[in-house]
Amino acid sequence: MATTASSAEPAPPDGTPPGGPPEQDAAGLGRRGAALFVVPALVLVALFLVLPAVWTLYLGSTDYRLTGIPAVDPSFVGTDNLTRALGDSGFLRSLWLTLLFVLGSAVIGQAGLGFALAWWMRERTGWLKTTLEALVMLAWILPSSVVAFLWIAFLDRDGGTLNALLHTPGAAWLLDHPMLSIVVYNIWRGTAFSMMLYSAALGNVPASHLETARLAGANGWQLLRDVVLPCVRGHVLTNLLLISLWTFNDFTPFLITAGGPDGASEILPVHIYKTALGNGELGYGAALSFLMLLINLVVAVIYLRLLGRGRRARRRPAADVPAPRGPGAGDAPGRPDDPGEATA
Amino acid sequence: MTRAAHAADTAHPASPARPADLALDRLTKVYPGGVRALDGLELTVRDGEFFALLGPSGCGKSTLLRTIAGLETATSGTLHIGGRDVTALPPGARDIAMVFQDYALFPHMTVEENIAYPLKVRKTGRAERTARARETAAELGLGHLTGRRPGQLSGGQQQRAALARAMACRPRVFLFDEPLSNLDARMRLEARTFLKKLQRELGVTTVFVTHDQAEALALADRIAVMETGRLRQVGTPAEIFRRPAGTFVASFIGSTPMNLLDARATAHGTLRVCGAVLPVPGDPPPPVTDGEKLVYGIRPEYLDPAGDGDARPALEGTVEVVESLGSAQLVTLACADGTGVQLVVDEDHEARPGDRMRAVPRAGRALLYRDDALVTAPAAGTGNGTPEPARHTPREG
Repeated sequence: MATTASSAEPAPPDGTPPGGPPEQDAAGLGRRGAALFVVPALVLVALFLVLPAVWTLYLGSTDYRLTGIPAVDPSFVGTDNLTRALGDSGFLRSLWLTLLFVLGSAVIGQAGLGFALAWWMRERTGWLKTTLEALVMLAWILPSSVVAFLWIAFLDRDGGTLNALLHTPGAAWLLDHPMLSIVVYNIWRGTAFSMMLYSAALGNVPASHLETARLAGANGWQLLRDVVLPCVRGHVLTNLLLISLWTFNDFTPFLITAGGPDGASEILPVHIYKTALGNGELGYGAALSFLMLLINLVVAVIYLRLLGRGRRARRRPAADVPAPRGPGAGDAPGRPDDPGEATA
Repeated sequence: MTRAAHAADTAHPASPARPADLALDRLTKVYPGGVRALDGLELTVRDGEFFALLGPSGCGKSTLLRTIAGLETATSGTLHIGGRDVTALPPGARDIAMVFQDYALFPHMTVEENIAYPLKVRKTGRAERTARARETAAELGLGHLTGRRPGQLSGGQQQRAALARAMACRPRVFLFDEPLSNLDARMRLEARTFLKKLQRELGVTTVFVTHDQAEALALADRIAVMETGRLRQVGTPAEIFRRPAGTFVASFIGSTPMNLLDARATAHGTLRVCGAVLPVPGDPPPPVTDGEKLVYGIRPEYLDPAGDGDARPALEGTVEVVESLGSAQLVTLACADGTGVQLVVDEDHEARPGDRMRAVPRAGRALLYRDDALVTAPAAGTGNGTPEPARHTPREG
């Protein structure tokens, strides 16, 4: 959307720029036509993204509640909700759990396992690869509610599949290891995306670069460090950005553990849900949502800066130096493709 | 046949017996699908030789180069480099360096880091590898560019950086995959001369792959022409150009392909070619039997337009197309029976479509093929001062 708008921007009214590089208006829409295409999307974005965000910001500065007097007549409390949050042990705890959840299941789990799978599948074909890919994809495409039920059935204390497999009847996985359960669940659920993204990225690593390193005698680890990772750095960062944000905002663990027992798996989205709708503190919940939005923003900015730095390093403006002539060039007269003539 | 005997068999008289640096023995590569990419190849490359693998795409030349490099494993047969059996060794242990068609410079490393990379992998100390990288870069005229990244270099500079990386670890054998094909036409000529000079100065055994016959003829000391996984001919550029062992090599080599004309032997020991009667080429001419079907080969460069009073036997036809080659013109004649014959004439020769023209084969240059094999004996005096060696017969199967 942004690119469409900016590329349409500098088009002069007559459509033919006098001098300068030709306009990138491949579709031939012109500024007005391009705007016409962009407007519906902008309206939708404004209606369903910008407006609720502004509304949240407003709600966060009130003591709005689901019930009681503030529900009818909320009063403006300024930054009280935010200062309360920074001293709220429940919020800070859920922030910490969210950090663990994101690091464990997304950054280490999904990205790590996804890369390992993509690396392993790189040059493999056959039924094993196809089956594995299908299974990983299946976990990705199933609806959350179905997946949540599957995992409850899998980890259930009485008659759960895992207990049947391990012969550990009565082991209460969801109660004893709630965080571990949702971390493993989320790795299982989201690895497909990383795997596919990395598969595509690894396909872009030029074979000749890998072979050059092999000819130099590089081992597997050196290949990975010196050739593959520098080449897929942008993909890795993009993937980490996406899965971090997705995991950070993921609500599905609530369907499995409901944040319990006793808040032991109460990650931020669950905490906000419980605060806003469970306790009815809509104003405070909105303020927490705003904090969450800020954290998302900071994470995104950090990743994008890292990404930008890598790009800049690689695309430093190339000095336009003509290649020096090879020594001895020009002293090969005659018809070099006809040695018969030259030696006859 | 023992290796020594084999080496002696292919040794060229012009170059005194140098040790074989690279030896293939019945090297075969069969891909999982059953495609025989290499079919029992026997080949020796001598120490310091600049050797070309030439052929159309899909002939197996790249597979052969990659098998020598160890990037592909041979299905059967052996490969010796410097007298050492390397058939089962990984690429890094074969004492070779390869320059890829796209140069394969690592974009995230500077030129110096790129050149030093193989040394780094081999655990050479930082000081030494930096010094060697700088020295090699300077040797190739890249001294002022060592701090740049590959993306900031021109095509020719990138190629030299890749060459420098190959040179820096001082391998026993260089392998080049289509070394000139990523350069534009003008750079290509410069790089060709540069490459030949460099190879001569370094004296390192070099095998390169190309589909461009002009490149092979210009660069190589010897050429192996390949087709469908087999060697069709191995020889010096002059041998390959002047005496192609078969019609495939004949039509593949030369910037203008050789005229390969159907010929029929007559009762008088002459040939009937495109309606003309020509003597059997060769000194002495090979015996032919009456009515036998043969192929008469003559390069366009070796057909001369005959003057009015010229009574020598000649091919005759109507000029169809005249193409300018700059310093010469390529004329296509339509003979009486419809066959097209091409000849190269002088730039100021008047030739217009529709003209009648007679083309006289130059003495000692025409070749005769029977069942796709050359039967014209090498004539004394047509070589480059030395008697030509017996034609290399590729062993097959």
